[in-house]
Amino acid sequence: MEHAISLFIRSIFVDNMIFASFLGMCSYLAVSKNVKTAFGLGVAVTFVLLITVPINYLLQTKVLSADGIFHTDLTYLSFILFIAVIAGIVQLVEMVVERFSPSLYAALGIFLPLIAVNCAIMGACLFMQQRIDMDPATSSQAISGIGDAVVYALGAGLGWLLAIVALAAVNEKMAYTNVPKPLQGLGITFITVGLMAMAFMCFSGLSI
Amino acid sequence: MNKLFSKENKAVFLAPLNIDNPILVQILGICSALAVTSQLEPAIVMGLSVTVITGFSNVIISLIRKTIPNRIRIIIQLVVVAALVTIVSMLLKAFAYDVSVQLSVYVGLIITNCILMGRLEAFAMMNGPWESFLDGIGNGLGYAFILVIVGAVRELLGSGSLLGFKLIPDSLYANGYSDNGMMTMPAMALIIVGCVIWVHRSLNKEEKK
Repeated sequence: MEHAISLFIRSIFVDNMIFASFLGMCSYLAVSKNVKTAFGLGVAVTFVLLITVPINYLLQTKVLSADGIFHTDLTYLSFILFIAVIAGIVQLVEMVVERFSPSLYAALGIFLPLIAVNCAIMGACLFMQQRIDMDPATSSQAISGIGDAVVYALGAGLGWLLAIVALAAVNEKMAYTNVPKPLQGLGITFITVGLMAMAFMCFSGLSI
Repeated sequence: MNKLFSKENKAVFLAPLNIDNPILVQILGICSALAVTSQLEPAIVMGLSVTVITGFSNVIISLIRKTIPNRIRIIIQLVVVAALVTIVSMLLKAFAYDVSVQLSVYVGLIITNCILMGRLEAFAMMNGPWESFLDGIGNGLGYAFILVIVGAVRELLGSGSLLGFKLIPDSLYANGYSDNGMMTMPAMALIIVGCVIWVHRSLNKEEKK
């Protein structure tokens, strides 16, 4: 339990997807400049992470690894299988949401297809794959068991949501400032993210 | 032979290097660009890997573009890219193990690099294999170019060396110069890319609306 809480807090603040590993910025930079859409995108990413990371965890430990059902080390197939699972799940989630909750679909609709190529999802799966080998007794990043995988996915998703909403809020205010012409738009966005990443660096070393 | 290097093909190859640069102008593939640039060597290796993968995935998709059903094209593109990335990742592990450890998950993340999907969708799906190959290599090199600039600045200011060779003389350190540790932190990568965009846009003013 203690390990799970520590993993959760770490994955939100210390190993923040955007500020520590720059994952999933492309879709954000291309899509949105206001808080509402950023929030929608964040919720969609968290949702997809919560489904794909545990599935890929089971795939990695029960099928691909040397003590899986085939008793051979198939991990070299992991890139192809992970991305296929992500693309498939995104399609499936889109269809299910459209069928059962049209209002949620209207809110998330445009973002769902984009998520298949969002680096944050693939990134979380690859980090999860790396962390399976770590020892939970010594490292608070270790993922041992399906519960940890769910906790990690939730933490990574919420961290991404937090970062993206904060950045969108800053960007909204940026419209009223006098930025040098060539720096407007993309340039100043990068510098803003850089300054925010510096602020998030204070969280490193945080442990419970 | 003349047809292979016609004017249009030259433009296809050269545009992404400067005025249509994937990172600076098309805003593609930023995620991995920042994480691997704390030193020059991984930046170069990453840039080359992406160049090879964009080139060949463009050719493959361009060759089979008429047979791909439209509805499932994204998944097919992803699988082709993932297969190429797997090959590159194995080659890196075999021939450049240290760098591949440094790059860690970012080699795998080339799959979701938006440059690849962007070029496949926007170019390879409607052009022949040779043009697509040039377009892929051009975009890969445009990406690598930015990575090298950012990597060089960060390594020079952050650890006083380039490709591991000390460039700042010891006498400077003796007189109180010290490396800027901040440069090796992720945050500075973003700020340097911001500055590169600033310079690029100032130089190419007439291009902008």
